Amino acid sequence: MKNRIKVLRAERNMTQEDLAIEVQVSRQTINAIEKGKFDPSLPLAFKISRLFELAIEDIFQYE
Amino acid sequence: METKSNEWEATTRKNVRHLAYWTGAWVLTVALASFGPKFLWDYNSSTSIVAILVSTLVGVGMILMNRKYTNGLDELHRKVTMEAMAIALGVGVVGGLSYSLLDVSNVIPFDAEVGPLIGLIGITYFIAFIVGSIRYK
Repeated sequence: MKNRIKVLRAERNMTQEDLAIEVQVSRQTINAIEKGKFDPSLPLAFKISRLFELAIEDIFQYE
Repeated sequence: METKSNEWEATTRKNVRHLAYWTGAWVLTVALASFGPKFLWDYNSSTSIVAILVSTLVGVGMILMNRKYTNGLDELHRKVTMEAMAIALGVGVVGGLSYSLLDVSNVIPFDAEVGPLIGLIGITYFIAFIVGSIRYK
């Protein structure tokens, strides 16, 4: 699954650690999601989409 | 951006600390139940039963704490931990049965003790956890 988290983070001047704290996961988890190595659960995807005020499908694209 | 602490990290740190206490307590009670009969109470059955019961109860506490620790992990770490546990369990069952068969069929000249099996499970879990952590880095 592809995602735009890295771009969205950069637009908001957020670090991986900032995002991890906001959605209450580890920085490694954010890093693994950004690299496409790990697909987040639905609750975590919702948390991320709410934080960025976007729809889930605007952030995550199923390949 | 507002500075917030990562509650997940604080909870995990606390759970790791508590799991270490439970594990340490369990190891101590197992040591007491193992060596106590010979060195402390001269094979008194009642004392041995109490020591084994205490060890078992502390072991149950350790298991429950391990479950709490695992459930408290964030989803990536939980996945890595669960995969490592699955591999360790599989190696334990398959390796344990093979080891037992070697003993039963007299291929090995000694009795198959549980110690090496516990060691195998522990080492397997450790390696699987490290490999899993590296894979998602």
